[in-house]
Amino acid sequence: MTGGDAAGRLVRPFTLTGGRTRPSRADFTLITTVTAVEPQPARAARPQPEHLRILRMCAQPVAVAEIAARLDLPVSVVVILLSDLLEAGRITARPPHLVSRAVDDLELLQKVRDGLGRL
Amino acid sequence: MRPTAPDAVKILVAGGFGVGKTTLVGSVSEIAPLRTEEPLTAAGLDVDDLAGIEEKRATTVALDFGRISIGQDLVLYLFGTPGQQRFWFMWNDLAIGALGAVVLVDVRRPESSFAAIDFFERRGIPFVVAVNGFHGRHPYPAAEIREALALPEHVQVLLCDARERASSRDVLLALIDQLIEAASGAAAS
Repeated sequence: MTGGDAAGRLVRPFTLTGGRTRPSRADFTLITTVTAVEPQPARAARPQPEHLRILRMCAQPVAVAEIAARLDLPVSVVVILLSDLLEAGRITARPPHLVSRAVDDLELLQKVRDGLGRL
Repeated sequence: MRPTAPDAVKILVAGGFGVGKTTLVGSVSEIAPLRTEEPLTAAGLDVDDLAGIEEKRATTVALDFGRISIGQDLVLYLFGTPGQQRFWFMWNDLAIGALGAVVLVDVRRPESSFAAIDFFERRGIPFVVAVNGFHGRHPYPAAEIREALALPEHVQVLLCDARERASSRDVLLALIDQLIEAASGAAAS
């Protein structure tokens, strides 16, 4: 599985599978939130055991890093598995909140502050 | 009834090896800190300083992280970032989308956090410096540490005990307050 090219990227060669409108593997960050689609698409190919484990895990929204930790697999490997699931229409992926450090983020920051204050 | 994915943000916790990053993450996280390990390639290994790292770990880079759910629709992740310089190729990825960072400093080895400070300064990533007292003790006042680290005026220096939830929370709050102030300033201008 870990073919390991010179740069150590497991991901890059596969992002060239080309021309898809769906997000590529590059779109999975550590805190991208993944959720299983319900009901699962009927026509999709039968998932592998690792895929099934991930699907069970993300019945509730869960972050990529968390899946990797719970499966005890490197993030780079999990991202490949997630990309398979995404392409099969079995999961949705929500990218993290991109921080602009601008006015738009005031509300978000205030929410974080309130949340931390409750700890 | 399908659950909606929450918005996700993160804060980085950086600093030298063994300074207490995972301790801080664990003290405020709602879950026991999780670990992911990524295999390293030879490119990441041509460095001298392996002191204090188990042999097993020499070929992987480990990230410890925790999570704080903020209401239904927002999750804050805390990532303890690898302190060793040779792991820093990972930092670009880690830094993307981060609200800001906490640089933890060990008073006994402040120099081990210099590199983290440099990194965030250069990247323009907002950060606070938190001095983690050994056994909660703080032999030096914050001002003295600020001077030792040659920190600019706008960087806050806090004394903390990473083992204590309230203390770690206050460090995070100080960072968020700094961000809010900056964002408010942007709004006013």
